[in-house]
Amino acid sequence: MSKTEVAASDFAIDSKQSATLGDAAKAYLDRIKGGDMGSLPAVAGLVVLVIVFSLANDRFLSTLNIANLFTQAAAICVLAMGLIPVLLVGDIDLSAGVAGGMCACITALLIVDQGFPWYVAVLAGLLAGALLGLVIGLLVARLGIPSFVVTLAFFLAIQGVSLKLIGEGGSLRVADPFLRGITINNMEPLWGWIVSIAAVSAYAALTLLRYRKQVAGGLQHQPLSVLLVKIAGMAAILLGATALLNTNRSLNPNFPIEGIPYVLPIVGMLLIFWTFVLGRTAYGRHVYAVGGNAEAARRAGISVLRIRVSTFVICSSMAAISGILAASYTGKVSASSGAGNTLLYAVGAAVIGGTSLFGGKGKAQDAVVGGLVIATIANGLGLLNQASYINYLVTGGVLLLAASVDAISRRRRTAAGIG
Amino acid sequence: MTDNPSVAPILELQGVNKSFGVVHVLHDVDFAVYPGQVTALVGDNGAGKSTMVKVIAGIYGMDTGEFRFEGKPEHISGPKDASALGVEVVYQDLALCDNLDIVENMFLGREVKKGLALDEGNMESRARETLASLSVRTVKSVRQSVSSLSGGQRQTVAIAKAVLWNSKVVLLDEPTAALGVAQTRQVLDLVRRLADRGLGVVLISHNMGDVFEVADRICALYLGRVAADVPTKDVTHSQVVELITAGRSGDLGIQLDTASAV
Repeated sequence: MSKTEVAASDFAIDSKQSATLGDAAKAYLDRIKGGDMGSLPAVAGLVVLVIVFSLANDRFLSTLNIANLFTQAAAICVLAMGLIPVLLVGDIDLSAGVAGGMCACITALLIVDQGFPWYVAVLAGLLAGALLGLVIGLLVARLGIPSFVVTLAFFLAIQGVSLKLIGEGGSLRVADPFLRGITINNMEPLWGWIVSIAAVSAYAALTLLRYRKQVAGGLQHQPLSVLLVKIAGMAAILLGATALLNTNRSLNPNFPIEGIPYVLPIVGMLLIFWTFVLGRTAYGRHVYAVGGNAEAARRAGISVLRIRVSTFVICSSMAAISGILAASYTGKVSASSGAGNTLLYAVGAAVIGGTSLFGGKGKAQDAVVGGLVIATIANGLGLLNQASYINYLVTGGVLLLAASVDAISRRRRTAAGIG
Repeated sequence: MTDNPSVAPILELQGVNKSFGVVHVLHDVDFAVYPGQVTALVGDNGAGKSTMVKVIAGIYGMDTGEFRFEGKPEHISGPKDASALGVEVVYQDLALCDNLDIVENMFLGREVKKGLALDEGNMESRARETLASLSVRTVKSVRQSVSSLSGGQRQTVAIAKAVLWNSKVVLLDEPTAALGVAQTRQVLDLVRRLADRGLGVVLISHNMGDVFEVADRICALYLGRVAADVPTKDVTHSQVVELITAGRSGDLGIQLDTASAV
């Protein structure tokens, strides 16, 4: 096709859209009114929860507890991140929690019984997860059984496998210094600063570089002021968390505990990886397309079957990582690892973060934002020493609330015509 | 049978038969699409319009018959073969993803990549150029989500998606069926512009007003046979309606002995 001159009047909104910070704020408000709330409910919920729990218990805001909360959130965030591709194509994986438990079992058994080094054992655990995801995916996409049913069956069956692997009532100690160290050891404070400053600089550089390219190419772009606000926000969060975690949080003055737990940069790297895959690759685009309109995706030459299977492989593999992180935190694996409310926490995290249960809408970052909310609830209720029935009631209620927000905002989106 | 000896058809079907089990849907169908012209494909429900479109698009194979593209016989064994030749179909349901924006929809399945990542800049500029070249003025931003578009705008995006790939033949299945007056106007203008750019356009429509407004030729199907393939200027509105409903009109159409044998 010959190069066509694009007149200045064409696509006027593209180059002029939200030229100022005020316009951008107005556009954002319009989107929220239209039902496209993104992570807003999660952030608002987090603020409310922090206020409530800090009033109820003065230990809640101690640096020791905040560091604990982040570490607790890690496994939830990773599991939720794995669930997001599955949710994006409109399926669900109820077996992800116990799948993580089983993979952690395999990893622990290989270390304890067989004496393999940790990396071989972790790789085997990941492989087991991927294989499991492949089987689930094929049953769902190829055979056409609803994902809800397949994964409910696997939820039960996998617990049987774990029970057989470990033996009735037993548990395995995860004593490998490296694996255990992921959650209980911290980075040197200096390294913590270096890593977080590098992360902020990289984010700022990439954002501004992209902005320059978009302006040069006459592409649609956000106003510079909005980008600067975003960069400042990112810097505040990362550097603030680093400063907090780098202070000594030990209760015993003779044994200082300071620095960022190693698990946090691991979650950060997974977040960057999945944000890239979902947002910037053809694969990610196809995942969204299958979730938005599978028939359109099929006609565009996308293999819907392959995409659906792949999301289950991703989910179970990420579940394996999550299971290993959870085992590292608790120091043991038992047959009930990943059972109970683990999965509901993760689904809740994704949905609270803004991922839709109806498919086609969500981002990797939702898992982290929502995971923090869920971890805050679990942590805060734990501190209040409530009977465990309250814990179940509150978690169930929060999940239901998040799903209602999702359903209502979806209705409003349809009415307002926003995707 | 052509009235334009100066112009060779870009796409031609000859003697095409297609059956589904015992149901014989297409009988010895001859059909031609000329570059720079709009060919209207009309016919009652069940006349075989959709089957014919799907045969051309490669979704159905033909039982017997010949498919010629730019004069050369081609074997079409799947939708990929058809789009490789430059044949694109815009289906009635448009097949757009509501959760993706215009650029993302236009490049769906054929994304431009730079290394591992998508080349968003390239895609956005090309989408904008294509829309501008079709003189689409109703869409204000190519980064708008498709769910925020009106029916006419969606149709526009679906058509622009079809011409983005230097396609030579575009088949439009009932593009105005669900649209209001003003939006129908926009889409018909767009259909005309496609032909003016030298594409061969096939317009499937039930709306005689639309057909007479933009079509250069009319091909009427009646119970799986071509009743007539005539220049629009040679027929009247009522003649076409008769061709659709009875298969003949005066000396046009299927003769009585054949028609009764159907």
